[in-house]
Amino acid sequence: MSEHDDSAPAVYGLLAQFDTADKMVDATKKANEAGYTCMDCFSPYPVGEAADAMGFKTSEMGPVMFIGGLLGATGGFFMQYFLGAYQFPVNIGGRPFLSWPSFIPVTFEMMVLTAALCGVFGLIAICGLPMLYHPLFNVPSFKRASGDRFFLCIEAIDPKFDLAVTREFMAGFQALEVAEVPE
Amino acid sequence: MTDTHASTAMLEDPLIEGKQDLAKVGVAIGDYLIDQQKQPVQWWFFFAVGFVMLTVLLYALVYLFYIGVGIWGINVPVAWGFAIINFVWWIGIGHAGTLISAILLLLHQKWRTSINRFSETMTIFAVMCAGLFPLIHMGRPWFFYWLLPFPNIAGVWPQWRSPLVWDVFAVTTYFTVSLVFWYIGMMPDLAYLRDKATNRAQRIIYGVLALGWRGSAIHWRRHEKVYLILAGLGTPLVFSVHTVVSFDFAVAIVPLWHATIFPPFFVAGAIFSGFAMVIVLAIPMRKYYPAVAAFITRKHLDYAAQVMFGTGMLVCFGYACEAWMAWYGRSVYEWGTTKQRMFGPYGWSYWILITCNFVVPQLLWSRKIRHNDVWLMIISLVALVGMWFERYVIVITLSREYVPSMWGRYAPTIWDWATMIGSLGLFLTLFMLFLRFLPMISMTEVRELLPKEEGGADGHSVLENAP
Repeated sequence: MSEHDDSAPAVYGLLAQFDTADKMVDATKKANEAGYTCMDCFSPYPVGEAADAMGFKTSEMGPVMFIGGLLGATGGFFMQYFLGAYQFPVNIGGRPFLSWPSFIPVTFEMMVLTAALCGVFGLIAICGLPMLYHPLFNVPSFKRASGDRFFLCIEAIDPKFDLAVTREFMAGFQALEVAEVPE
Repeated sequence: MTDTHASTAMLEDPLIEGKQDLAKVGVAIGDYLIDQQKQPVQWWFFFAVGFVMLTVLLYALVYLFYIGVGIWGINVPVAWGFAIINFVWWIGIGHAGTLISAILLLLHQKWRTSINRFSETMTIFAVMCAGLFPLIHMGRPWFFYWLLPFPNIAGVWPQWRSPLVWDVFAVTTYFTVSLVFWYIGMMPDLAYLRDKATNRAQRIIYGVLALGWRGSAIHWRRHEKVYLILAGLGTPLVFSVHTVVSFDFAVAIVPLWHATIFPPFFVAGAIFSGFAMVIVLAIPMRKYYPAVAAFITRKHLDYAAQVMFGTGMLVCFGYACEAWMAWYGRSVYEWGTTKQRMFGPYGWSYWILITCNFVVPQLLWSRKIRHNDVWLMIISLVALVGMWFERYVIVITLSREYVPSMWGRYAPTIWDWATMIGSLGLFLTLFMLFLRFLPMISMTEVRELLPKEEGGADGHSVLENAP
């Protein structure tokens, strides 16, 4: 944004609207081939091909949840061991203090709990939510992204982005409209 | 012959009726919440009934907290009574929601799509009702936090070898995981409601709840992954929760309780009663909200009835096993308690249980009955009663264990009944509010299920979408 022109309103990007997911995916592939890197697709239901076309092949959530679950399981187990054997040892039916089989249910539940919470809060945090305002919401038709329309936004931070050239390029899509997204 | 033909025809029945498209799905499921269309008069009826029953609960609780658990019929030897019966009954009902949302997802069962949202909601409210009972049964419920491990000046910690402590962890985890699973599944639908909102209150409330979800492909990919792993975690979780609930009984050295069959037997019973509740909720929803009947079809009810029947027969196999093991095991106490269970002072409850859970569900062999709303509703209600009696029979075993000097009687008081009816009121009220304020079917998943020519993704499943 080095050649930022003070007289023009700042632009977040250009938003193309499609009526089917396939058209959105095709457009994304074209944009990717043309060398654009900063773009995002928006759809009312998950379209995996769009993420693939953008080069976002796998998400980070698997490792996040795995590590969360691992921490919960080990934490849960050692919590019981430490509390039951050292902090507050109680002889129950002559069992050893490290009676690990009876620690398994709580260990398991702690694993599920922490993995799930890491997943959900991780998802929200990594996606940058809650973000109640976003420049895209300034485009009136974007409301339909949660309903029956599919969108591709090429962002202004893309090094290849140029308002006129990119608009020209996006006119080649089978888009219903191409709108300018004010910053 | 005709039946085979009919069932082949049913396999080809669409899961979504009529000509749909992406917008129509939103109109049918979401827009009536936004347009503030008048609720059907039956909604007001059920809400009023539920609310009256909820008031009964509040009254019963106030009196309970004032006097103590002595107002209930519990005493030695039956010290558990209605509180544990209702606890197990409610949590069992909840399990069908997790089964539908998690296990059927992993099994690629596309018919789960339109019933998962309200079933998950049922799970959450049922677990809330379930969790109420152990808390109020404690005698001094304001010390409920003693159940949890927290540093305290007395240096006392939970006893980790006790199934009751496992139960605290299992139920708390189950509730939390069900809640977050339900919520992140609903986030995109909340975004739809936000985008459709017509007044300020709707915009603010749905907008805040949607967290600013904008359907970005990158967010979707993460969302799908989390959803998939949550389903993978929910599957063993649902088994573990009812297994731990059954340990509450099975770890005790009471004849007929101390049995290895308890965990699978309890899980099957939970899913049996849960699917019965799904059917009991789905039939009126179909009837009074005609717009959603296109998505919750007769096919869904038929499948739910089949699952209910299958798990019900597993439960009945459990009854047979219990009796067989008691007889074949040659334990005087096991066999004596079995005879008391069948022909003792509470024998009537055993035969109600057999009638409700074994005899009546046999009607479900018939496709005609599975496709008849009235019959299906009656059979499901009977199954719910039967599963309540199953827990009654198990708990009442305490009245006839070992030697006659340990024997006693148990009778619930009006306050037991008031609390139980009140918990039904809590469930009904919350469920009615859910129908009024939140989408009862997942719009996102139904849209995905639509065929390509209607704008969907042919039911492109979460598994294929979540690398």
